[in-house]
Amino acid sequence: MTYLMYIGYLVVFGVAVTAVIGLLASWIDRKVTARVQYRVGPPLLQPVIDLVKLLGKETLIPSGASRTMFLAAPLIGFASVIAVSTILWTNSLSGGRSFLGDLVVVVYLLAVPSMSIILGGFASGNPLASVGASREMKLVMAYELPFVLACLVPVILSGYTLKLGDIVGYQTQHGAIALSGGGALALIVCILCMQAKLALVPFDAPEAETEICGGVLIEYSGPVLALYRLMKTMLLFVLPFFIIIVFMGGLRLDGIHLVLFVLKYVGLVALITVIRNTNPRLRIDQAMRFFWGPMTVVAVIAVGLALMGW
Amino acid sequence: MAKTILPIGPYHPLQEEPEFFTLTLDGETVVDVDVRLGYNHRGIEKLSERKTFDQSTFLVERICGICSTSHPFAFCQAVEDVIPLEVPLRAKYIRTIIAEGERIHSHLLWLGLAGHFLGYNTVYMWAWKLREEILDAMEILSGNRNNYAMFKPGGVRRDIKPEDIPAVLKKVDSIVPTLEMLKNAVIDDPVLHARLKGVGILSRQKSIDYSALGPTSRASGVARDVRKDSPYGAYDQMEWTMIVTQNGDVFDKAVVRILETFESVNIMKYCLEHLPPGEIDAHITSLPPGEGIGHIEAPRGETFHYVLSDGTNRPARHKVRAPSFMNIPTFKATVVGQELSDATIILASVDPCYCCTERVAVRDTKGEKLFNGKELLRLSWAKTERIKKELGVP
Repeated sequence: MTYLMYIGYLVVFGVAVTAVIGLLASWIDRKVTARVQYRVGPPLLQPVIDLVKLLGKETLIPSGASRTMFLAAPLIGFASVIAVSTILWTNSLSGGRSFLGDLVVVVYLLAVPSMSIILGGFASGNPLASVGASREMKLVMAYELPFVLACLVPVILSGYTLKLGDIVGYQTQHGAIALSGGGALALIVCILCMQAKLALVPFDAPEAETEICGGVLIEYSGPVLALYRLMKTMLLFVLPFFIIIVFMGGLRLDGIHLVLFVLKYVGLVALITVIRNTNPRLRIDQAMRFFWGPMTVVAVIAVGLALMGW
Repeated sequence: MAKTILPIGPYHPLQEEPEFFTLTLDGETVVDVDVRLGYNHRGIEKLSERKTFDQSTFLVERICGICSTSHPFAFCQAVEDVIPLEVPLRAKYIRTIIAEGERIHSHLLWLGLAGHFLGYNTVYMWAWKLREEILDAMEILSGNRNNYAMFKPGGVRRDIKPEDIPAVLKKVDSIVPTLEMLKNAVIDDPVLHARLKGVGILSRQKSIDYSALGPTSRASGVARDVRKDSPYGAYDQMEWTMIVTQNGDVFDKAVVRILETFESVNIMKYCLEHLPPGEIDAHITSLPPGEGIGHIEAPRGETFHYVLSDGTNRPARHKVRAPSFMNIPTFKATVVGQELSDATIILASVDPCYCCTERVAVRDTKGEKLFNGKELLRLSWAKTERIKKELGVP
C-alpha cells in the first residue's frame, strides 16, 4: 500500500501540482516583468500554450551531437526535479514520513538539473553550447559552496538533524529559522543561490541570448526543449518551496498557515522577478567572485552564528 | 587550450542587421576579430546617379532607417555647396530641429539596445518607451515617425506650424524627468559599473589612429564634433556643450550618449522657441557644373557626402561615407584581449549601423582592385546560372 501511496504522491503532487503551480508562477513572473517594462504581458495560459506548441514540433538532433546523451540529459534533469518535489510534498503533507538524511538527498538532487544542462550543452556539439555549458559549470562550482553552507544553518539550529521533518517540527515549536540572526543571513544567501540555480539575470550568463544565442539550449528543439522548459518552470516552484521548508516554517495546511505559505511563496517569486528586472547580467567571472567572495563569507558567518545558537 | 572560432552572425540575435564577426577565442578570451560586411549592399551611390537631385534626397533618406535625416542633410548641403548657396535661416532652424530629434531617438534606441545586450531588459523597454514620445513629436512636425522627408536641396519641404509648437515642446519636455531617472539608474548602478567600466577601452591615440567619429571618439577624449568644428544649420546660434569624457571604455560611451541627449533636448527646445520668420526654401532652379561636399554630425559621428555635378539635373558622381565605416574597425583595438561576454557589448558600443556602411570593393593584399563593375556582374550572372542548374530550373 505504501508503494501505491508514494506513486500517488509522485504523480499527483510531484508532477501535476508542481507543474501547475510552476506554470502559474512563471506566468506571474512574466506578467509582472511585462508591467514593469510598460508591456501588456501574456495571457494566463501562455506558459501552457508555449509548452504545447513545443511538444508539437520536430526534435532536431545535430549531426555532430552525441545522440544518447543529447536526448537523455533533459530526462535526467526532469527526473531529479520530480524526485525533489515528491520528497518535499511527501514531507509536508504526511508529517513523519521523513527519512534520515533526506535534506542531503534534496541538496544533491537540486544540483542535478544544472548537471543535466551541462551534459546537454556539451553533448550537442555546438561551440556556443559548449561555452554555455562551461559557464554553467563555473556557476555551479561557484554557488554550491555557499548554498550548502547556508543549508547547514537550519541543521545546526534545529539540533543537528538531517531530516526535513524534524527541521519543520523544530520551526513549528520555536518559530521560523529565518527569524534568527544566522537563519536570516543564510536565507539571503539561499535566495541569491536560487537565482543562480534558475539561471536568471544577473546570473544568466550560461544562457545569455545576446552573447551566445541561448547557450546550452541552442540546439534543443521540440519536446526535448519543452522538457527543459518544464524542468525550469517546476524549479520555479521547487526551489522556493525548499527554502520555505528549511527557513520559513514549511507548509502547514491548517487555516492561516496555508495563507501564510501562499504569501511566502508569492513573495519569493516576486523577489526573483524584482532581482531579475533591476540588474544587468554579470560576467561569469564576476558571478564566481560574487559567490566565492561575499556570499561564502556571509554563509560562514551565518554558520558561526548558528553554532553560537543565534 | 585550443583556440575556438566563434561566429557572431550573419544572423545573430545580437544585432538586427546581417553582419559577420569571426571571433577567435582562447578559452573565453578573444584573441582576434575579423569583420565581414556586405550582406546588405544596395548600390545606393549608383542608383543616385540615375535620379534627379530632388529624387536622390529621398533615396539617401533610405540608406538608414535610424539616421534617416543625417544622410539627406549632408546630401542637401553637398548640393548647396556646388552652387554655393546659403539656406534661409528658418529652414536652417527646422533642419536643426529635425536633426536633433533624430539624435535623441537614436541615442535612446542605442541605450535600450545596450541594456538588452547586457540582459537589462527593463532599461531596454524604458528607453524605447521614452523614445516613443520623441517619435510622436516628430510625427507632429513632419507627419512621419521616421523617414521624415523634410529635406530638399535649398531648404525644407514642410514648414512648422506655430500651433504645433506647444504640443511638440510638451512632448520634448515630458521625456526629461524619465531621462533624468534613467541617467541616474545607469550612471550610479554598481553592477553596470562592474560590467562596463574599464571594458573595451579605446585610447585617445588609438581613437585618432583609427579616425573614430562621433560619440566613439568623444568618449576617448577627442573633442571632435562637426556641429562645433564646422558649424552648419543653426548650431552656431545657441550655446551648447560638447560632451567629452576621457576613459574611452564602454561606460564612457554610454555616458556621452546619455548626456548628449540632454544637450539635444535643449538645442531642440531653443530652436522651437526661437524659430525665426521667413522663407523655408531658396528655390534652386539649376545647378552649375562642379563638386560639393556636405558633412554633418549624425548621431553616430560625421556623415560625409560628395556630389559631382555636370550641369544636368542628376549627380554625375555621388559618394557617401557613413560614420560606422570609420568606427567599426576600432573593434580591432577594443575587442582583442577582452572576455567573450564583454565582446558583444563592445561591438555594440560604437552603435554600429551596417546598412549605412555597406560597400563593394574587392582588393588583393597589395591594395589593387581585382574586379571592376562588369566582372562583378559577370560573376553574379554565373552564380545565377549555377544555382539554376543545381535546382534544375530552365
